[in-house]
Amino acid sequence: MKTVEEIKTAIEAALPEARVELVSNPSPSWQHSLRIDPGHALAIAKFLRDDADLKLDFLSNVTGVDWPDKEITEKVQVMQTIDLTYEGSDQTTEEVVEETRKRIEPGYLETVYHLYSVEKKHGPVILHMRTVNRTDQVELPSFTPLWRSAEFQEREVFDLYGIIFTGHPDLRRLLMWDEFKDHPMRKDYVEPDDFEYEPTAHDEVLKRAEAHRAALSIPAGGRV
Amino acid sequence: MDEGLKIELGKQGVFVTTIAELYNWGRSNSIWPMQFGLACCAIEMIATTMARYDLARFGAEVFRPSPRQADLMIISGTVTKKMAPQVVRLYNQMAEPKYVIAMGACAISGGPFKQGYNVLKGIDRYIPVDVHIPGCPPRPEALLQAFMTLQKQIDAQPLTGAGRPRHLNAEAQGEFPVPVPGEHDLEPRSNPGVWPLPILNNR
Repeated sequence: MKTVEEIKTAIEAALPEARVELVSNPSPSWQHSLRIDPGHALAIAKFLRDDADLKLDFLSNVTGVDWPDKEITEKVQVMQTIDLTYEGSDQTTEEVVEETRKRIEPGYLETVYHLYSVEKKHGPVILHMRTVNRTDQVELPSFTPLWRSAEFQEREVFDLYGIIFTGHPDLRRLLMWDEFKDHPMRKDYVEPDDFEYEPTAHDEVLKRAEAHRAALSIPAGGRV
Repeated sequence: MDEGLKIELGKQGVFVTTIAELYNWGRSNSIWPMQFGLACCAIEMIATTMARYDLARFGAEVFRPSPRQADLMIISGTVTKKMAPQVVRLYNQMAEPKYVIAMGACAISGGPFKQGYNVLKGIDRYIPVDVHIPGCPPRPEALLQAFMTLQKQIDAQPLTGAGRPRHLNAEAQGEFPVPVPGEHDLEPRSNPGVWPLPILNNR
């Protein structure tokens, strides 16, 4: 099979307007992947499926990843003008001062696709796509029109992460009920507090049972 | 009636019993379970009905695929919050007298999925459970033990007075409210009529 770099070059040759980024994986698995832009994702996917060398006819896996907002603390070197009186005369000097700045890097949701070729017996080729943010711009194109195996997996990603797949023929919740409003696999998901009866609580369950009692201000051993 | 006299009369060819004894003997030896399984415990339940363990010895060989014809609901496995309303609805559709065995760690408490957001922490929050069996999954012997425990409970039940079965008590609750799937969790989280929050003595 072509290496990931060669695939990237092939995509760029076939679709010059598409933006493809190589994401290297330094871990022992050495599975590099390609981050594609959602705007041209369908065209790229169609190319990967139909290209004579690649023939990636099987989409084996769709995964969601939640990347929450990150607070980054960094030290920045800033030029500062300092006015000072030196030996009776005003002088202005410039000095390099180190400043600690905090900024919040906005989070996003990501999907990961693993593509294989049954015909050519090779794979996987791994694709990523990122949403703009985690709140209101969470649309990504659906690959269900190209690979039917994506249908249920995209529904699961929609259910658990809240990514909206445009072009999906039947985007409903898969695991949770229709009335459910949350997305349980997101990092900021708050679970229902139903730890009212814990006869043998320990570790994590004990912590939650105590938090439940504290929230309702029930004394230990007390009854609701 | 005196037990010795009863045996003596039996030797003379006279059979003496009470209505309650006869009635309970009848219903405790013809408990037909409902044919439904929820998770891996169901595999053990199937094994219990097969030749090696043979639940038929206790009068429970007929698994009915309809709640209308079943007496016993074996909650065999994990009850997810999505499934819980259906389980309660099936229980409501069963005709009295009806019994429930909660089989396995998940059915009695949520088991290994207790910390999850999607598993009900014990089916006894919504319906009355007669026998709980721990285990993950319980062995067929444990299910047989639970079954025999249920039979003993039925045999010991008086037909009049405070401890009488639900179908002989006009004031007893016959239908149990089905929880509604809400925006974050099932609503309500438990049925206080069935499951008043137990007091913990260990703290």
